[in-house]
Amino acid sequence: MSSKKHYSITVNGKQEEFLAEPRELLIYTLRERLNITGPHIGCETSHCGACTVTIDGKSVKACTMFVAQADGKYVTTIEGIGGLDDLHPLQNAFKEHHGLQCGYCTPGMITRATKLLEENPNPTEEEIRFGMAGNICRCTGYQNIVKSIQAAAAEMNAAKEAAE
Amino acid sequence: MKDEVITREERVANLKGMGCSRKRVEDARFTQGKGNYVDDIKLDGMLFGDFVRSPYAHAKITNIDTAAALEVPGVLAVLTAKDLEPLGLHWMPTLAGDKQMVLADGKVLFQGQEVAFVVAEDRYAAADGIEAVEVEYEELEVLIDPFKSMQSDVVLREDTVDENGKPMDGAHGPRTHHNHIFTWEAGDKDPTFEVIDSAEVVAEETMYYHRTHPCPLETCGCVASMDKVNGKLTLWGTFQAPHAIRTVVSLISGIEEHNIRVISPDIGGGFGNKVGAYPGYVCSVVASIVTGKPVKWIEDRMDNLMTTAFARDYWMKGRISATKDGKITGLHCHVTADHGGFDACADPTKFPAGFMNICTGSYDIPTAYLEVDGVYTNKAPGGVSYRCSFRVTEAVYFIERMIEVLAIELNMDAAELRRINFIKKEQFPYTAALGWEYDSGDYHTAWDKALKAVDYEGLRAEQAQRIEDFKAGKTRSLMGIGLSFFTEIVGAGPVKNCDILGLGMFDSCEIRIHPTGSAIARLGTISQGQGHATTFAQILASEIGLPADSITIEEGDTDTAPYGLGTYGSRSTPVAGAATAMAGRKIRAKAQMIAAYLLEVHDDDVEFDVDRFVVKGAPERFKTMKEIAFAAYNQAIPGIEPGLEAVSYYDPPNMTYPFGAYVCVMDIDVDTGVTDIRRFYALDDCGTRINPMVIEGQVHGGLTEALAVALGQEIAYDEMGNVKTGTLMDFFLPTAWEVPNYETDHTVTPSPHHPIGAKGVGESPHVGGVPCFSNAVQDAFRAFGLRHTNMPHDHWRIWKTANELGLHG
Repeated sequence: MSSKKHYSITVNGKQEEFLAEPRELLIYTLRERLNITGPHIGCETSHCGACTVTIDGKSVKACTMFVAQADGKYVTTIEGIGGLDDLHPLQNAFKEHHGLQCGYCTPGMITRATKLLEENPNPTEEEIRFGMAGNICRCTGYQNIVKSIQAAAAEMNAAKEAAE
Repeated sequence: MKDEVITREERVANLKGMGCSRKRVEDARFTQGKGNYVDDIKLDGMLFGDFVRSPYAHAKITNIDTAAALEVPGVLAVLTAKDLEPLGLHWMPTLAGDKQMVLADGKVLFQGQEVAFVVAEDRYAAADGIEAVEVEYEELEVLIDPFKSMQSDVVLREDTVDENGKPMDGAHGPRTHHNHIFTWEAGDKDPTFEVIDSAEVVAEETMYYHRTHPCPLETCGCVASMDKVNGKLTLWGTFQAPHAIRTVVSLISGIEEHNIRVISPDIGGGFGNKVGAYPGYVCSVVASIVTGKPVKWIEDRMDNLMTTAFARDYWMKGRISATKDGKITGLHCHVTADHGGFDACADPTKFPAGFMNICTGSYDIPTAYLEVDGVYTNKAPGGVSYRCSFRVTEAVYFIERMIEVLAIELNMDAAELRRINFIKKEQFPYTAALGWEYDSGDYHTAWDKALKAVDYEGLRAEQAQRIEDFKAGKTRSLMGIGLSFFTEIVGAGPVKNCDILGLGMFDSCEIRIHPTGSAIARLGTISQGQGHATTFAQILASEIGLPADSITIEEGDTDTAPYGLGTYGSRSTPVAGAATAMAGRKIRAKAQMIAAYLLEVHDDDVEFDVDRFVVKGAPERFKTMKEIAFAAYNQAIPGIEPGLEAVSYYDPPNMTYPFGAYVCVMDIDVDTGVTDIRRFYALDDCGTRINPMVIEGQVHGGLTEALAVALGQEIAYDEMGNVKTGTLMDFFLPTAWEVPNYETDHTVTPSPHHPIGAKGVGESPHVGGVPCFSNAVQDAFRAFGLRHTNMPHDHWRIWKTANELGLHG
């Protein structure tokens, strides 16, 4: 079974080199090999989005990508989006507007939302709902997630304006 | 800052106590990806276990060959029933008084059943090992329909019949057929039949509440670690009831309870899926004992949907009688309950059909009779309460559909029919015909408020116009107005009638106040997203006068938390919340004595005021709770022990009865069956409101799970017993795109017997939401002759309904 190959992936700015079987799914590479446990596993069929990460500027579901496909790429997870000293406005907004309950979908949800707001800094509610439809939440009914993203967008736009 | 300059209002606000929308303390870790869920746990040398599962729904197992699997690199062991049998662990008790195979013992009874447990160094090696296990099956006749099962000669459970093939008595009495599990009755049969048979108007309907699944985003799983040197077993897992799991593990393994530590870490949603005990837990424990290493087992999504904890699957036949002017006189309900291969529902022991006997709903129905027959079939075991208190979703769906059918029979408006039959405010406490004593309610006020908020008259006028336009060919869209009024029964429950495996369903709280005026409180419940760390601290802040921000709430570690029965059935606030308030009051009682000593007055001469004790009539003389806390640890006070701690075990005197009024406005495209929820208004009365923000979040979430169940979510089987909805490709979970914005509203009718008057809210929106969505669909077609059609109302089924009604020309 074992035919390990050498891979190099940059995760949250840090280059990681390791030997792995090509069939290893990226989500396990992150969670089990690299101890990056923010992205979660919910379905293993690309439906729920709990495993969402950003790869080379695109939202990707890490549960259905082989490590071999991620070789040489730049991966950002929730851990790379913001931490204690530099929280992303989305991280604040989700708390402020009760955009989460059990928290299991939240890392994927926020990771996806960062991309959504990069692609469309001023989305309508409909655009948010469409743009977030690849991420399932079982707890919130989405209403407060939408509100959180709108609030973060407003804050980011205001900060951008202030800086200009 | 000098304390004196702070106003009383500011002191109240500083506490962040009950009634304020305190932001959640849990969120910092979750938004930064720093949660600690069971699959995040890593221990040195940890192994991974996974199941060989049956592809057949009913088959004899003639041979299991594990030799090739044991040759697979990384595979350490393969467990089968034969390995578990000497330990007496090849079967385990279910929470419903039945027993269940841990690993297939000679046969399998449902697709996906656990056949062998492969233990390997990692997930991939385990998966390779599973592929290499060779199982020989001999297919048997498959029984999917419970009615056919009750007629069939095929015996599903040989362990439940005697040597002559006659069914032996079950946990709930005599059985009438070898595939029959129990009959459970409530109410008076003969008087009910007399009333119905002689009534002016009778409406009858048969409805199927389909099988579905709670499907939390995180599946079930555990890590078992047997420390053979110290004889201690630690079991981390997705347990909604960690203490009950500890007791069950002790009872079936023989390990003494003090040597077992069960820990529920962060849980990624439960909704009833994580109450029961599953074969994966038992196998992980055994595998850890066998290998001497920690063993992790995590379900994948297919395992989850196919095997652990389905919900509903109730065939309900109803008759409701009334006078010509609409006063209900009697109700009869018969249920055929499909439990699958094992009765593994999680109900209080004395209630094999849960609280289905709340099925008289919010109405003053003088005579009623309920009969439930449980049946074995070749489906997955379970019958859990998916976001509801034990079978209350089924009960409320039943009565809210029967009301609609009766309204059709009477040619009456369904809102008015509800109004004239509501239990009146002055009738509380109200004893229902099926036995429950409703603690409090004000249904008319809530109903009037709801109908006014949505302009009910206006909606009906608009609907009438739409029907005319449709008939005139001006539109292909119909409009449905869904109504529901529900009464929940939650907070299980009084020990006198509620236990699980003999464990009374009380709950508990233990508080320790630290010298510097902060505190830790531990509870017997466990949050799965409800935000207990936030809201229970609010209850305590108001009770003991220390800021919620200075109170840590801890749950889920059986070595430290007091014994409790866990979180499900909206029982946390009604039971553990009450224990929290009562423990807080014990703290306050001792603090009063300390304050009186410090102020050199009699105990009765001081009174509690927000965050301090003041001398009556002299508010300038006071001791803050912070000062009192310090005094408890540094002063030798005559007659008073040092320290400031309390514990309360709360046995609720009654259940609580939250209620609510929901209205859904829906447009339906007759040609595609596509539904568009234009408006959803939800009024909830959960008694005293602890955190309005959290309540609103619970309502949004519960309604969305209701939308899912009503409009598409199901666990479907084909005739061969194959699960047709085993992945999220087929099993409907709504996304942001399908879900509307909800309008929330409330009335407040405090529970008279709960220390703070709270009733619980987490499940109300699901219980009330399902019939509301369903009624909206059915109401759209009422004018065209539809009486009832079964859920889930997906686009295809709605199209079919329209087609059968001749609406496609």
